[in-house]
Amino acid sequence: MIVLLLFLVPLIGGLVSFFLREDKAIRGWALLVSFVALALAIVGNVSSTAETSLQYSTPWLGTLNSNFALKLDGLGKILCLLTAVAYPVIFLSTWNSTYRKPYNFFGLMLLTQAGLIGVFTSMDALAFYFFWELALIPVYFLCSGWGGERRVQATFKFFIYTFTGSVLMLIGLLYLYFLTPDRSFSIESFYRLAEIKGWNQSLVFWLLFGAFAVKMPIFPFHTWQPDTYEQSPTAVTMVLSGLMVKMGVYGMIRWVMPVVPNAAWSWGDVVSTLAVIGVVYASILAIQQNDLKRLIAYSSIAHIGIMALAIFSETHIALQGVMMQMFNHGINIIGLWIVVELIERQFGTRKLSELGGLAAKAPSLAILLVVMALANISLPLTNAFVGEFMMFSGIFGTTLTKYNVVFTVFALLSIILAAVYMLTMIQKVFFGEVNERTANAVDIRLSEKLALSILVVLVFAFGVYPQPLLNITNGFAESIINTSTKALSQTLSR
Amino acid sequence: MNAIIFSAVSGVIMMFSGFGLKNSAVRSLALALLSLVIVSAVFELRGIAFFHINTGGMLSFDHFALLFTLIATVSTLVFFLLSARDMEKIGLNYSDYFALIFFVLSGVIISASFQSLLMLFLGIEIMSIPLYILTGSDKRSLKSNEASLKYFLMGSFSTGLMLMGIALIYGAAGTFSTVNIILPEGKVPVLFVTGLLFLLFALSFKVSAAPFHFWTPDVYDGAPTVITSFMATVVKAAGFIAFMRLFSDAFRTIGGEWKLIVAIVVAATLFIGNITAVFQQSVKRMLAYSSISQAGFMMLAVYTLTAEAKEGLLLYGAAYSLATIGIFAVLAKMKDYTFDGFNGFAKQQPLVAATLVIFLLSLAGIPLTAGFLSKFYMLSATVSVGNVWLAVFAVLMAAISVYYYFRLIQAMYFKDGTATLPSVSMGFKVTLVAVAAITVILGVYPNLLLYWLYF
Repeated sequence: MIVLLLFLVPLIGGLVSFFLREDKAIRGWALLVSFVALALAIVGNVSSTAETSLQYSTPWLGTLNSNFALKLDGLGKILCLLTAVAYPVIFLSTWNSTYRKPYNFFGLMLLTQAGLIGVFTSMDALAFYFFWELALIPVYFLCSGWGGERRVQATFKFFIYTFTGSVLMLIGLLYLYFLTPDRSFSIESFYRLAEIKGWNQSLVFWLLFGAFAVKMPIFPFHTWQPDTYEQSPTAVTMVLSGLMVKMGVYGMIRWVMPVVPNAAWSWGDVVSTLAVIGVVYASILAIQQNDLKRLIAYSSIAHIGIMALAIFSETHIALQGVMMQMFNHGINIIGLWIVVELIERQFGTRKLSELGGLAAKAPSLAILLVVMALANISLPLTNAFVGEFMMFSGIFGTTLTKYNVVFTVFALLSIILAAVYMLTMIQKVFFGEVNERTANAVDIRLSEKLALSILVVLVFAFGVYPQPLLNITNGFAESIINTSTKALSQTLSR
Repeated sequence: MNAIIFSAVSGVIMMFSGFGLKNSAVRSLALALLSLVIVSAVFELRGIAFFHINTGGMLSFDHFALLFTLIATVSTLVFFLLSARDMEKIGLNYSDYFALIFFVLSGVIISASFQSLLMLFLGIEIMSIPLYILTGSDKRSLKSNEASLKYFLMGSFSTGLMLMGIALIYGAAGTFSTVNIILPEGKVPVLFVTGLLFLLFALSFKVSAAPFHFWTPDVYDGAPTVITSFMATVVKAAGFIAFMRLFSDAFRTIGGEWKLIVAIVVAATLFIGNITAVFQQSVKRMLAYSSISQAGFMMLAVYTLTAEAKEGLLLYGAAYSLATIGIFAVLAKMKDYTFDGFNGFAKQQPLVAATLVIFLLSLAGIPLTAGFLSKFYMLSATVSVGNVWLAVFAVLMAAISVYYYFRLIQAMYFKDGTATLPSVSMGFKVTLVAVAAITVILGVYPNLLLYWLYF
């Protein structure tokens, strides 16, 4: 029941928002809904004994044998928690932004949340596809309606890319559906297909991979990403980069690795090579950016690339690292976007060259940004360190590829490059000369401090004591690795 | 049988109604008669037939045919509710337009229920000839006259092909019946295959599948917009039902002879329709090409011929007809048919714009709308017969279609302009909202419609 409520609360909350007309009332309502969802997610995460309340299933499209099946397991728990934490933070941090037609804005935002929860919990392929689109479509309207100057073209590119990916995924899911002996869309039936033969696997692999690679994005499917992040309103960029990116990673873990393990193994080197290229390439581009949003957008491509690398190493520790990192990356990047939003709102610019000397004028902002930036470089004691460390040790220790050392070296290079662009950013924005734009800077407001402080607390809490997250993800990582390596070991031993 | 007789009689009544009645009375009469046709169709679907005529096995009123009859008549009702008022603008012979549409409707029902090649021919012709006239009904417009002539010439040509095909098949099989064809063992006679191909091409003409689609954009563009709306939806869907019925009854067993050709036609239709639609500046022409591309999707049902595709085609007919009628109804009221003509539409008419968005999403095949599930059924049928590549190709083309459908959404919502909709009544808006609601309901729960197929 909890899982159904977790989905219904933002869905109904979003639909109600469309009918509210008073600006303050809508904001209050959206915040309230997001807090209720957070409470539900926390209950879902701690109540490990009441397993039955964490799943829900009812027949949906009878003739197709598709069920409306939701379930909170390890992966779902951690991602729903991330989504539920992110929304109040996003609403709080953008409390002072003004939107044209706020009822539509907040309504669409909450619908996206419902879509995300659905994606992360659905145990039926057709329902999964529905939710995937439910998360995608409102974002299209959000970006086109409230974004920057070139928003229409940018969103168009984004939409065509992701829609192409997702319909290809649909074909892949359909193909699997016809391979299942009981003609079912349920994930258990799909997992039983792990031993399907030969080119069937590769076909399905590439169809599904297409959708997830675009969403993540993995090089060379990434070209929509910097434009879209730059042109979207910052609240939407937070959703896109903090949460929606995780849909791609999530899809790889839940719908690719265990379903077509042999193809994932045989194409693993190709994908890993693409990921490594993406990591280095995006990091170098990030160093050269002058626009804060684009800088963070490219840094995100690099971080996601490492996650892709870790997934395809197929080791327990790396997989757990990825799940940790999905949560942590979400927290950190949303923090960075908040800072960007605050800077842009106050100074009307995101250009590094036009900023400077903020540390003296806005000390709280400076401290919070530095914490977020350091977490983004994965400094020890911050949350991202744990995840990255686990991922790197997994990539290094994998026995599935002979190139593990090469991959690790290149991936590690990204940490150095990340330090370069993050520290440059800190230096240019907060230190150096004060110019006429920044001379009258004032410090941030209470609601913004509150939003950022929540994130900082999470950064340090999970940096020092990551055990709760590890507990949530441990069992799940093991079951996924078991499902995929069982089929794989049979192939390898043959 | 109920619906055929009622709609034919209604056509005759409408012909005479023009003598004494005012336009508004004509409209009410047409609505009343159409409602009668729908009620009689529902009765027959529930097993109550008013007429017991021995059709000698030439017509068969199974659930599939009856359900499509219901879909077609309800779509026509929606068309009347939304566009009947705009038909006044075409010309002076207001009652005649309704009469002709009723005649088309009887043709549609015959085409959905034939079991003999003769009835197929009759149905298609009864459907087509009134349409030639309706296309040219705006007598003062040269464009309309030209379209009508072009349509008539092309249509006659395809009729010739069809007759030739029927003759060849009769020569080879010795029967007009589509269900009792007995072919000699071994190789299929060349005569039969040639006839089959002629029929395939003739029907491709009728449903505007590539490369026989050349008349479509000009005719759709030239005809009065309200008539285009009817042509592109109910009539086209009927063409596909006839297509599928023929191939499933008569040619299913010799799939090896024609599957490849149909697959090529499907691919070509999808490709040409979608790619050309991208470059259109006029919404009306875009919809014409979009109807070609949708035809490609519907034709997947002819390719696969599975039970799933049968259900899917019915759903497709309903989803596509309702969405397209809705868009055309709004378009017919606009002054400017270009994309720019829709700039800023959402500010002026938020409710109408919102319903248009649902229709466009449905046409593009976005989940939660009927359009998605109908495309889904087609793809699913294609994958189930083992042709993944055709499905992938169709999906890529559907992704392209998103471009031009969303272009209209963009114009309405994200561009500044002063597009206005003169004179919309409350009833018009309510009907639009109701149709949009049906589109969403069928998208979430299609069994509401498909249930009728089995009970």
